[in-house]
Amino acid sequence: MKRQIPLIIVIGLGFLFVAHTFIPSKTSVDFYDWWVSWSKAISPFAVVLGILSLFMVHGTKIQRKAPNWQYSVVTLLALVVTAFSGFAWGTNEGTPFLWLFANVQMPMSATMFSLLAFYIASAAYKAFRAKSPQATVLLLAAFIVMMGQVPIGAAISKWIPETAQWILNVPNLAAKRGIATGVGLGMTATSLKILLGIERTYLGSD
Amino acid sequence: MLEFISNLVAVLLTLFIFSFLYKDNPFYRFAEHLLVGVSMGYAIPLVYINAFIPFVYRPIFLEGNFWLIIPSCIGILYIFRFTRNLSWLSRYPIAFGMGIVGMGVPMSMHSSVLVQMRNAMLPIDNINTLLIFIGTVSILLYFYFSKPHKGLYGKFTNIGIWFMMVGFGASFGYTVMARISLLIGRVQFILGDFLGLIK
Repeated sequence: MKRQIPLIIVIGLGFLFVAHTFIPSKTSVDFYDWWVSWSKAISPFAVVLGILSLFMVHGTKIQRKAPNWQYSVVTLLALVVTAFSGFAWGTNEGTPFLWLFANVQMPMSATMFSLLAFYIASAAYKAFRAKSPQATVLLLAAFIVMMGQVPIGAAISKWIPETAQWILNVPNLAAKRGIATGVGLGMTATSLKILLGIERTYLGSD
Repeated sequence: MLEFISNLVAVLLTLFIFSFLYKDNPFYRFAEHLLVGVSMGYAIPLVYINAFIPFVYRPIFLEGNFWLIIPSCIGILYIFRFTRNLSWLSRYPIAFGMGIVGMGVPMSMHSSVLVQMRNAMLPIDNINTLLIFIGTVSILLYFYFSKPHKGLYGKFTNIGIWFMMVGFGASFGYTVMARISLLIGRVQFILGDFLGLIK
């Protein structure tokens, strides 16, 4: 009941999906449509899990007055205010909900990602200091691709954008193709392990 | 006035995040926690409007499709994840979603393996197609660990490393450029939109 039935559901549905892929018929299309409609009805409840998890983590911090608990108040307050504004005034243009998105969420997430530009540069310096011929090749390829993307690259020499394009179209394509094939084989193997009930970690521990 | 306040809020929060470049500080932590809360709060009404209303509420209560009460009840089982004795109930909605792996077996084989192989099997009529062919085969052999990478075989798989290094370099270059363009966007916002120093 605790593990066997969920496992039977996965294996049963899994083999039905294999049949759906190989046997095109009205029954298999109906089965797929049924699964999609049920999945869509199940999925919104996963958000409740996320909200509860956030409230439990930060609520416990506040309750126990853990170090820096004041920031947890900020998180929970921001969550409640943003969600409330969406429910109270809607999510259309000109509402407080979209104001929060445009002036709080969007600038902060863009800045957070732009911070990575600095850390990527310092990490690259530490990692690639041309310690080996292969690291030098990596560094050179990155440099040429970067220079090929900006006007100064073309201003220095017309060969830079052309070489950058060649790197992307030839050695990069070979690398991506080799890796993609390996990833594809890995995905197939993992899917098969789940389908046959060998891989069960997604069920969690008792 | 509203535009000024909006820009001021955005600029302050942007600077709070950038302050982390100096070191971890209360302003950064405030912005970081605010971002988590606002992002989660942003998702809730959107999921309610775009997923709960059209796929649960409307079909059940307005269209009378009462069969959907069953998956809704299965979805509610997610909440039991946090109970000590009944947490196993949350496996049911997970198991229902995991069933799609059956489709994943032929689909991943098709899209990631067969399509890639078909595209790799082109006539070798110039140096570039030859390089792509050698690169693909040598990388695939590099990831074949059932044979020791020694001798001629080891030398051939070593070519795969060189190709991968160029590939990683290209991906790295692209990632850096994407991050830098975001950085330029933020600097343009502060210096241009807010301070009006650049046009």
